[in-house]
Amino acid sequence: MSRVNAAKVEGRARGSAWRQVIARQEVGVVLILAAMVVFLSVYTDTFLTSTNLFNITRAFSWIAISAFGQCMVIITGGVDLSVGSVMGLSGLASAMWLVRGVPVPLAVAGGLAVGLIVGMANGLMITKGKLPPFIATLGTLWMARGICNGVTGGWPVRDLPQSFRALGQHDIPIGNVGVPLPLIFMLILAVITSLFLSRTTWGYRIYAVGGNEEATRLSGINTDRVKIMVYSICGFLTAIGGVLMTARLGVAAPTAATAYELDVIAAAVVGGTSFSGGEGTILGVLVGAAIMQVLRTGLVLTGVSAYWLQAVQGLVIVIAIMADQLRKRRR
Amino acid sequence: MNEQAEYIVRMQAISKAFPGVQALDSVDFEVSPGEVVALIGENGAGKSTLMKILCGAYRKDCGRIFLDGKETEIESPQHAQWLKISTIYQEFNLTPNQSAAANIFLSREPRQRGIGRFLNLVDRHRMEQEAQQHLERVGARVPSTALIRDLSVAEQQMVEVAKALSVDARIVIMDEPTSALGEDEVETLFDIIHALKVQGIAVIFITHRMEEIFRIADRVVVLRDGRRVGDLPTAEATPEELIRMMVGRELVADIFHKDEAKIGEPLFEVRNLTGPDVVQDVSFTLRRGEILGFAGLVGAGRTEAARLLFGAERKESGKILIEGRPVRIDSPEDAVKVGLSLVPEDRSNQGLILGLPVQENIVLPTLGEHARAGWINRQALRTTSQEYVDRLNIRTPHLSQKAMYLSGGNQQKVVVAKWLASKPKVLILDEPTRGIDVGTKAEVHALMSQLAQTGIGIIMISSELPEILGMSDRILVMSEGRVATILSREEATQEVIMTYASGETDNNLVGQTPKGVHP
Repeated sequence: MSRVNAAKVEGRARGSAWRQVIARQEVGVVLILAAMVVFLSVYTDTFLTSTNLFNITRAFSWIAISAFGQCMVIITGGVDLSVGSVMGLSGLASAMWLVRGVPVPLAVAGGLAVGLIVGMANGLMITKGKLPPFIATLGTLWMARGICNGVTGGWPVRDLPQSFRALGQHDIPIGNVGVPLPLIFMLILAVITSLFLSRTTWGYRIYAVGGNEEATRLSGINTDRVKIMVYSICGFLTAIGGVLMTARLGVAAPTAATAYELDVIAAAVVGGTSFSGGEGTILGVLVGAAIMQVLRTGLVLTGVSAYWLQAVQGLVIVIAIMADQLRKRRR
Repeated sequence: MNEQAEYIVRMQAISKAFPGVQALDSVDFEVSPGEVVALIGENGAGKSTLMKILCGAYRKDCGRIFLDGKETEIESPQHAQWLKISTIYQEFNLTPNQSAAANIFLSREPRQRGIGRFLNLVDRHRMEQEAQQHLERVGARVPSTALIRDLSVAEQQMVEVAKALSVDARIVIMDEPTSALGEDEVETLFDIIHALKVQGIAVIFITHRMEEIFRIADRVVVLRDGRRVGDLPTAEATPEELIRMMVGRELVADIFHKDEAKIGEPLFEVRNLTGPDVVQDVSFTLRRGEILGFAGLVGAGRTEAARLLFGAERKESGKILIEGRPVRIDSPEDAVKVGLSLVPEDRSNQGLILGLPVQENIVLPTLGEHARAGWINRQALRTTSQEYVDRLNIRTPHLSQKAMYLSGGNQQKVVVAKWLASKPKVLILDEPTRGIDVGTKAEVHALMSQLAQTGIGIIMISSELPEILGMSDRILVMSEGRVATILSREEATQEVIMTYASGETDNNLVGQTPKGVHP
């Protein structure tokens, strides 16, 4: 009897599978990205070269990795403004340990720990300290950046070992092209975080908290714990981004990744993560981050003055979100 | 032509469709000046939709609306207000951080004289004074300077009424205005409706409570599945007939279906529960298979007591024992672990995650049981949620339908389902059938009875005395945060309960308060 039921349930799920694919929010952004890629491939002869494509992906991989965490935070109905500073601080921490002779794995682990700790502090301030996420993370934004400046006296940290720089600069040969390591890290993390959000009890609880925190709490779920976890994950992922960025640049400046929180939040939001909470997917964020980077590169390739870049980016963010709102209203 | 002019409003062949539902199908509706019309029907029958069209919140798909015989297109809520159509919504539309006065005069604040007029400066003094008059007119004992968030639900409702009447409305629509009110406020509201009638104002009254229809309405219009199925003077109607029209079948038989359940050993004991504000020294024992009704006036502390028991609010003191063992409950998480569950009063804000599918809502408290090392078994989730959808007869097109698209009754069933899935020992239901249609109500009652038979202990908070009397094995009456008495099923009548609830038996109380263990 249970088998009969199960079969019935299965059938229903399959029947609506195709409709679900079409209704998925990512469809819209994927189409936008596809259109941009097609246009640029036809219009310029430089866009569709593997060098250019990998430059693009390398440049947005740390933004995207941090945005995976940001996406989770925004799903719970919060926001993490500190990611730019945390990216800078965690990369800097690794770099400073490296130049003092700490082995690469330990220095990297230390950098990641810094991100995790700042994230956890954000979570604790928001849950136990009852601060609004905007305020708490605005505080850590300044604090983390201040620490960067304080410990370096404003000087960049140079001469990082080659084995560390390889993390950001090395290409892995797959077939006859060299795929940048940061891209591979990004894709692996995308799969892990996506499965985490969609297939684990924690992921379900993250969406529940964002959908209605009080109802979730009254369902016997420790919502504080969910939120602390989410900010910690965001800090940790951001630190991974920070370390990869530092490895790629080969130098850790105290001002590195300044204002990157805006790129990270933009990637999440363009990818369909809703600021009212409860909605968003890693795939969407990945595409959102790609759109922002393709746009940046594309504008340069098509000869748009670099001075106009931000204005166009801002416009795209607004249009993307308005399109998303329209899509929702239609249903 | 002349015939039309008799009516203050005449809605003709109104239709409205939402994705997947024909909410209204060619419905006629009319009201005369000075007439009180009760608009009734099950949840999802189209009552609210029809009224939202009249007050400009929705646009009709087709049909015509005549005001004073003249065809009118009601374009927006502002336009409706300008046409002197005023609405008191079921959900509050007040801004919590502003004063009652500011809410009453929202968007038409009196301006200062002289230069202040040009600068749009608000004449606060005048606004507060006039607001006070409006409040007094509806019998609300609320200072107009009080902030909405500091008022009780009943007081907020009265502010809402004062606001609706302050615009000199000619047509007043009330969407279940009494569901949040206590007995006294309901009386005041009925007095107000009488006064409105005398002034020739038309009142449209949506309600689920039969006794109110017969007390206040001149005429009853019944909707079912988006069609008008009945329209008759109240004097010619009987409750049975109205219910039959609403549900479309001879049901009625047993709204309060209660099977005898075997009452076993003590299951849930509460000793001297005291909360931060209302609840004082509440003690009782719930036995296996028992339904313990919590009666009392609005504000007597029943909901607060339930929230304290469930750990949703921090208690100051008090002991809780389950199956004879003391347990520590500091959070809902603790409560669920020891086998408690709470179906809260406020379904949409506390019971459900409206934006998530039915399935996710049902399995939320039991996610851990459907997962291994945090990894969810999606097949098990589907099986479980389908099982409860079938068992409670939840009407939803599929499991991934968002909870917000279900009707009120089905939403409530989802909340009950999620707790049944957690296999609780004690089920606390706070106003389980408020705002639910008769058919679903009977289903919920039958389910309660059936659960009690399986040995679950049930606490049911209800402001509807017939429900309390019909479903409870014993009745705990609360008054001003304390246990006024605990009555057996045989002792209880509406009068006895009301006497205790209104605190008129203070002298008898001493002997009946359970002895505490205070030093």
